[in-house]
Amino acid sequence: MNDGPNDARPVAPYTAIDKTGAPYLIGSRCSACSATHLGYFENCPKCGVRGEVSEVRLGDHGVLYNFTIVHRSLPGVKVPFISATVDLDGGGTVRGNLLEVEPDPAKIPFGMPVNVQFRSASIAVENGDGYIAHFFVPADRGARAR
Amino acid sequence: MSNDVYIVGIDMIRFGRFDDAKPETLAAQAALMALDDCGKTIHDIQAIYAGTCNGTMMGQRMLHYIGQTGVPVVNVTNACATGATAFREAYIAIKAGIYDTCLAVGSEKMGKGMLVPKNSGGTPIPTEGLTGSGVMPAVFAQMGMEHTRKFGTTFEQFARVSEKNHKHSTLNPKAMYQKETPLEMVMEAEMIAYPLTKLMCSVNVDGSAAAVLMSEKKAREAGLMNRAVRVRGSGLASDPFTERNLVMQDINTVTRLAAKQAYEMAGIGPEDVDLVELHDCFATAEIPHYENLGLCAEGEGGSLLDSGATRLGGKVPVNVSGGLLSKGHPLGATGIANIYEISQHLRQEAGSRQVEGAKVGLTHVVGLGSASAVHLFEKA
Ligand SMILES: [Zn+2]
Repeated sequence: MNDGPNDARPVAPYTAIDKTGAPYLIGSRCSACSATHLGYFENCPKCGVRGEVSEVRLGDHGVLYNFTIVHRSLPGVKVPFISATVDLDGGGTVRGNLLEVEPDPAKIPFGMPVNVQFRSASIAVENGDGYIAHFFVPADRGARAR
Repeated sequence: MSNDVYIVGIDMIRFGRFDDAKPETLAAQAALMALDDCGKTIHDIQAIYAGTCNGTMMGQRMLHYIGQTGVPVVNVTNACATGATAFREAYIAIKAGIYDTCLAVGSEKMGKGMLVPKNSGGTPIPTEGLTGSGVMPAVFAQMGMEHTRKFGTTFEQFARVSEKNHKHSTLNPKAMYQKETPLEMVMEAEMIAYPLTKLMCSVNVDGSAAAVLMSEKKAREAGLMNRAVRVRGSGLASDPFTERNLVMQDINTVTRLAAKQAYEMAGIGPEDVDLVELHDCFATAEIPHYENLGLCAEGEGGSLLDSGATRLGGKVPVNVSGGLLSKGHPLGATGIANIYEISQHLRQEAGSRQVEGAKVGLTHVVGLGSASAVHLFEKA
């Protein structure tokens, strides 16, 4: 479920909206080394092959690889928040805010399954109205099944 | 006679906030101090390598304050590895036989507050705090958390790095902060980005450092071998592709690459190193860097710290200067300031913090983006 307003613009350049209006994360897959990278690449940053990288739709489920809990940030950013690095099923790694988990290191297990959801940017920043961004939520409590 | 390259003069200003200064005026101060350290003048310098992260043509503008001799000046920028990169360029030029006397200088006039990455993605609103955090404390907090994930390193161990380095700083009159911070004080300080509290973050300050390098032939002719420090190895690397580094910066692999180059060039190993000045921009970085620099085996960084081996008096003291955590971290100056500290020990001129019998020292810096430089030094 994505509860951002329908006409909201995605903030991250590696985000696209499909024909049904659903936002998703864009990746690039290299046919030479089979690496998957977040965002658009013409040539492969891993193996350096030219012109054999194609755009793919990245998965909306993954596992938490790493995180930090940010307590001090820029003006307009709501703190504390969990900055999470997530390895997506099917390849690609993406960073985003982890929601619906207490910002307590003891309650954030490495490897926890998460879903990717798009929501209003105003959840995280004061000037976010009219924009959407990807967030992570624990998979067991997320609105979307795998 | 060998074609080795030597540091003959080196110095740094005590870092701090100098509101009326410019990068070039700070650079001029350090350059004159380094020249005085070897009794030379700007007229003896054949080429200059000048590092700063903010602005360009700093080296030329520095000469307006100390003498416009018309020598080639190369301005270098390489994030937090800027000063070490300028030093390395001077080393390479002498090693190549093009010059016999060069000046390397690093200087920075910093803004206040956190370093924020520029909104270069062209996004309609800034992504900081919206798609996670890319500011320095968060990047280095995750460097620590990755170590925690792999090896179970604790918040207390990371905090202990600050306690150690701040304790060392009380012996260094050139450290900006010379205050002990007991472990509890470090752990109870304001949390910035878990597991980093305010006392586990280096401070953005102004500063400069400079070195005069010479060929062996020139140093002998000038009668400067007595206090000369030989450059044994010089490594510089950019970040190779690793699985997540486009999203979560990998500060480890780039450091390992640079260290490998430096050790191979020197023909020595980590077991030969008597002291280390490494890039503790945040306390979480130090423990992984023990492993990256080969001071201990993979996963044993935490126990190396706990054993006391990296304290003054231990087997391989690390950041006896107080580190960036105490000295302050003026980006472009840091790399040469680290080399200054090692040089003082190898010359047996480090005063009350002298590492007894120090013969070989290692310096390390790493700048995000990424660049890492590792140097090995030995008393001539
Ligand atoms: Zn590839």
